[in-house]
Amino acid sequence: MGITISVEVNGTTYEREVEPRTLLVHFLREELRLTGTNVGCETSLCGACTVHLDGLAVKSCTQLAVQADGAKITTIEGLADNGSLHPMQQAFWDEHGLQCGYCTPGMIMAATKLVEDNPDASEDDIRHGLKGNLCRCTGYQNIVKAVASAAKAGGAR
Amino acid sequence: MIPGSFDYHAPTSLDDALALLTEHGGDAKILAGGHSLIPAMRFRLAVPEVLVDIGRIPDLEYIREEDGHLAVGGMTREVALEDSDLVNAKYPLLADTARVIADPLVRNLATVGGNLAHADPANDHPATMLAYGASVVARGPNGSRTIAIDDFFVDLFESALESNEILTEIRIPTPPAHGGGAYLKMERKVGDYAVSAVAVQLVLDGGTVSSARIGLTNVNPVPMRAKNAEAELVGKAATDDVLEAAGRAAAGECDPSGDLRGSAEYKRDVTRILTKRAIRKAVERAKGGN
Repeated sequence: MGITISVEVNGTTYEREVEPRTLLVHFLREELRLTGTNVGCETSLCGACTVHLDGLAVKSCTQLAVQADGAKITTIEGLADNGSLHPMQQAFWDEHGLQCGYCTPGMIMAATKLVEDNPDASEDDIRHGLKGNLCRCTGYQNIVKAVASAAKAGGAR
Repeated sequence: MIPGSFDYHAPTSLDDALALLTEHGGDAKILAGGHSLIPAMRFRLAVPEVLVDIGRIPDLEYIREEDGHLAVGGMTREVALEDSDLVNAKYPLLADTARVIADPLVRNLATVGGNLAHADPANDHPATMLAYGASVVARGPNGSRTIAIDDFFVDLFESALESNEILTEIRIPTPPAHGGGAYLKMERKVGDYAVSAVAVQLVLDGGTVSSARIGLTNVNPVPMRAKNAEAELVGKAATDDVLEAAGRAAAGECDPSGDLRGSAEYKRDVTRILTKRAIRKAVERAKGGN
């Protein structure tokens, strides 16, 4: 039995019928074709699927699409502004905060929220704040550098 | 790894939710933050026919002091505990606990009520609530009842809640002056369940520990109090010898099983050490060191 939900994703409102068991990450990727959000561990450990849901950074693999009915969601595709990168994206570019890139969308979504909530985040705050995001290339040094540099530059925007 | 099919309901009142639970009985599961249930459903460890999402019922998220206790709404998110000035100032054991549950992204959605109602001995709040001597308010079709935390954990993944009851509130007695508590957890890596973790809440009378409760995480099939360890501590000054005796008692009375996180022997020894350290920290806080 399908349920009709309405969500605002990256500023656009979508109304869709979904099966209750559809996970938010699959809804975003397969229904809305927003494939920037990655599926990693599928068990709420790795953070590759991190999106913003009503102002919170959450793991979209551990949320049903029906739970998000009425919510405002931002995915990695919603960060850039008219083709110019979000300061956090730019910082990841500048500091080479990625290797294979698989964790990057989730890292950036978690990091933007982290810096928004705590513009003066110290290195320690950044490391603790990114505890829910794993980089299997172990490229953490540059990731932390990138987030720190974005924070310094007022990266929350 | 997609959950099995189910019917989904998102009632907007407790009464409607209770009616759904009564109608569907054991076929229904309550969905709160979903951070235990949804992974279990993906692994098909849980295959409920009906989900009753209580996330749209108003007034289940709050943290406030009243009548000598801290009242925490069942749907309160872990992050709210971390951010609460009241919790950080007066309930350091609770603040310690909230900070080490899973990771910050999970804590944005995971709920205190869900952490308890899941009755998983690996979850962190059970030990903490045992140490506080908390109680749980359960609302059913015939009204609310209060369940002492000592009676709440019945078996592995089984609580005293009936299938048509909803955990609406947790009540934590406000610690008296010279009360102190601490939660110490050892985890192999971020987001993992504890190898072992120990919750201590005690009261000092002069140099003597006049009362103490100790809860243990993930070293027993059911969340447990370390009553022998408590007995080693109460009525005594927290000297190194007393701490060692309490640690040994806790290690002896728990019943861990060997797994990827270590052998049973190892977990017992970690429990011994964490018990000592948690008591020491609780004593420091009771003295006002915080």
